[in-house]
Amino acid sequence: MKTLKIEELSKNFGTTEVLKKINLEIDEGNFLVLLGPSGCGKSTLLNIIAGLETINEGNVYIDDYNVSKVEPKDRNIAMVFQSYALYPSMNVKENMVFGLKQAKISKEKIEEQLTKVSSFLQVDELLNRKPSQLSGGQRQRVAIGRALVREPRIFLFDEPLSNLDAKLRVEMRREIKKLHQKLKTTVVYVTHDQTEAMSLGTKIAIMNHGVIQQNDSPENIYNKPSNTFVADFIGSPSMNLIKGKLKQSSDKIFFTAEGTNFDIPINNYDFNNTSQLDNKEVCFGIRPEHIHFKKSNEDDFEVNLRADLSEYIGHEQIMTFNYANQDLLAKFPSTIKIELNKETKLYFDLTQVSLFDANSEDRI
Amino acid sequence: MQAKTVNSNYKKLEQKSKYTNMFLRWFLYFVLILFASYFIFPLYVMIVTSLKTMEEIRQGTLLTWPSSLNFDSWLVAWGGRGYGAGDTFLRPYFWNSIKMVVPAVFFSTFIGAMTGYVLTKWRFKGDSWVFLFLLFGCFIPFQAILLPMARTLGALGISNSIIGLVVVHTVYGIPFTTLFFRNYYVSIPTELVKAARIDGAGFFKIFFKILLPISAPIIVVTVIWQFTQIWNDFLFGSTFSFGEAAPIQVALNNMVLSSTSVKEYNVDMASAIIAGIPTLIVYVLAGKYFIRGLTSGAVKG
Repeated sequence: MKTLKIEELSKNFGTTEVLKKINLEIDEGNFLVLLGPSGCGKSTLLNIIAGLETINEGNVYIDDYNVSKVEPKDRNIAMVFQSYALYPSMNVKENMVFGLKQAKISKEKIEEQLTKVSSFLQVDELLNRKPSQLSGGQRQRVAIGRALVREPRIFLFDEPLSNLDAKLRVEMRREIKKLHQKLKTTVVYVTHDQTEAMSLGTKIAIMNHGVIQQNDSPENIYNKPSNTFVADFIGSPSMNLIKGKLKQSSDKIFFTAEGTNFDIPINNYDFNNTSQLDNKEVCFGIRPEHIHFKKSNEDDFEVNLRADLSEYIGHEQIMTFNYANQDLLAKFPSTIKIELNKETKLYFDLTQVSLFDANSEDRI
Repeated sequence: MQAKTVNSNYKKLEQKSKYTNMFLRWFLYFVLILFASYFIFPLYVMIVTSLKTMEEIRQGTLLTWPSSLNFDSWLVAWGGRGYGAGDTFLRPYFWNSIKMVVPAVFFSTFIGAMTGYVLTKWRFKGDSWVFLFLLFGCFIPFQAILLPMARTLGALGISNSIIGLVVVHTVYGIPFTTLFFRNYYVSIPTELVKAARIDGAGFFKIFFKILLPISAPIIVVTVIWQFTQIWNDFLFGSTFSFGEAAPIQVALNNMVLSSTSVKEYNVDMASAIIAGIPTLIVYVLAGKYFIRGLTSGAVKG
């Protein structure tokens, strides 16, 4: 039984297609993050799961029950919003029990739930305050509390941390993670922040233009991006994508960028499909953190490149090198001194590279 | 040496700018006082005249202070002289106006709030067109609809009645009240409504429990606006009502214009002030609350 299943879901506003044939499944207790740039349809998808938006095509199942036409309140879900959406005229207690009162639950049960949740979230001191008297973090906590008292099957979070300042955001991120570890409730979490996505999610679905680009574990998203969009979207700075061609001779495969006179051997690369590799136009992807200043692996590929630019950011520095007139970014500890405008010896960690078809932009 | 001359130069400039500033300030006060007196002058004449006897009015000038505080003309304006036919006084019409203005303000404000709520939080296809057509209502000159409205009231059987006037004022208030409430609700995050829907609240519950309790500032604005409009209206009142059913502004007009013998300026002035007092009261009471409502708002984080 899947806690949440989305089947061939399409949604359009007028003539704009927002979601195109989305398929998605979540197992019990998973933390799924919907990640993507603004306008990719992730919030619409969440609203559809909540029942706040109608569906044009396809179905949504919760616990194998088709809820496509079920009212939000009957879906056994709870949602936390970006603006917290606490009812301004009610105090914290009234905010938290509003849903239970609507559901006509007995007073004793409501009281019990309230005490349990408010002490769990440490908001029991605030019960008589109005939302306008709370700090950002407290409001966030109350909003989560309002969701918790309903004891839902699925938690929906719509960019819950983006209204907080940077420091508080990191704290609240940890709290949400702890909360999930304790409660083990299924979560669907929307964000455009990749750090949030990577640190919170057990599964990440990366979306762009209403299509899921990759739905995988954070490790696979980072190490084996399924196309150039994912490769480019995840990581800061993002993955270097160098244009070039593959060369195949007997049992050896090389990558050559245009205008270079050296070949990078990629024999150990795990191809999805090994046919017709010779002369294929590809993008060679390597993350800035996988370019080293010292040889660390026997198979590291050695290359001499000219350093053009240095960006110092405290614990590390980002260097820009000229690789056949394409920018190549590398990340080093800031203790390393590299002279600008001079050839520097670098080592590519070839176990960490990705290759993409230059035309379809898919991983090969 | 050099530094010294520069220094004295600064002093001169400082002096100069001080004088200029002083002159400008006095000029500003002069202009403000001038305009203030220009506006207060008619009110002064009204109050002073209403407190004089006819004898005094004939002998003195407009500005002369009354010899004693004489409220007789106020009593006459409010309650009449006590003799039978032809004695027009404001009391019954004042209550007519109250009976008209209270329900009309209530219904137009309530309907405007509802419409604004639907237009912002329950968007539907073509809602912006509905709003646009409603806005037309704000721009149609009232003279243009007098005849069709008279026919409509006749057909409904409520012409020349307070109820008829309540209907007219409610209908013509809706475009304005809708505009006010729509613009206010647009700024309130729709996530509030979404959260309430997930919590299981329906259309009316969301309106009454969540939106209305935070609408105080805009309700006050709307009430001030509607009250002033309806209370001060003469056109609809004089067209759709006469005799017993007339509102106060129509009665005031009848009183002042239908002079039987001598023009009683003191009574006329007292009547005019009485007819204007309720709007003043609404401004003073609600205006205070309006500012409180604005500052205590804090809807968003």
